[in-house]
Amino acid sequence: MATIPADRSTPVVLPVSKAVLWLGITVFVALAVYYFVGVDQGATSVFGSDTHVHEFVHDARHFLGFPCH
Amino acid sequence: MEKKLILRGLLAGGLGGLLAFLFARVFAEPQIQAAIDYESGREEAQEALDQAAGVQVEGHEHEVFSRALQGNLGIGVGMVLFGIAMGALFAVVYTVSLGRVGQVRARVLALLVAGGGFLSLYLVPFLKYPANPPAIGNGDTIGTRSALYLVMVAASVIFLVVAVVVGRTLSQRLGAWNATLVGGLVFALLAGILMALLPSLGHLSVNVAQFGEQATETPLPLRNTQGDIVYPGFPADTLANFRLYSVLAQVVLWATIGLVFGPLAERVLGGGKRAEVLAEV
Repeated sequence: MATIPADRSTPVVLPVSKAVLWLGITVFVALAVYYFVGVDQGATSVFGSDTHVHEFVHDARHFLGFPCH
Repeated sequence: MEKKLILRGLLAGGLGGLLAFLFARVFAEPQIQAAIDYESGREEAQEALDQAAGVQVEGHEHEVFSRALQGNLGIGVGMVLFGIAMGALFAVVYTVSLGRVGQVRARVLALLVAGGGFLSLYLVPFLKYPANPPAIGNGDTIGTRSALYLVMVAASVIFLVVAVVVGRTLSQRLGAWNATLVGGLVFALLAGILMALLPSLGHLSVNVAQFGEQATETPLPLRNTQGDIVYPGFPADTLANFRLYSVLAQVVLWATIGLVFGPLAERVLGGGKRAEVLAEV
């Protein structure tokens, strides 16, 4: 593996402990968006029995592979 | 550093979602419309059967959003938001992976992480529970189906992490190539075992009670009381095309994320030299 010069690989190691706040927030928000696009107002619902979120992203939900109806 | 990378992940994801939306608008929407037309026709046939049998026919549900809105704006917003969310998750995994997964260039690592996202968040779950157009899917099983799908997604992610850890652990002894092969084998075995254990959608008790033993929830032909077919089963070509396009849209999304993010990350990680050159130009 010595054929790859060290400076061309990825030597940067971010100490995760320092970055954990931003990484954590990002994961949380991303999962929330994933949930609202893919799952909400189908099996479970944050806004009660309303279906506006579900109906609006309806086609995307089917096409992205989520179960629907 | 991590903020710069996350921002670039959001950008790459948004762009990927936009391209996947354009792909969907051109290729998927006609299939979705065909599926909805099938569903409407089937409902009419069912109503005619019910009326003939003297069963009370329920009124139609009103549409919350028009088809035009769903098929243009709705799918666009949904795809772009999904792309941004995937770009964000991608950036986090990329940041954590930097320098921890062996000697890989920044650009190559972007492609590897994007491939991992495609595989674990979409393709492996799809193999067990493939995407379905409207008209397919029993409303009574949505809770179980959602849970099963999310179990496949979460498990695929965990299996991929396990596979990477196994590969890294063995790379000293077996070399990078063979260790990667072993890691891949571990992933395939774990995913295969889980797929064998989870039920097919047609085998859910609610579906067996309503339709008998079927593999899936794809609508069968509608029959009258004499057993004659009065409305066909779901069109096979529509289903096959919809699923193929669904896979291709995810390929577009993840490929865009990997290819766009890679050079951007290289510029961030490359540090001063590259940036200075750019500033002089």
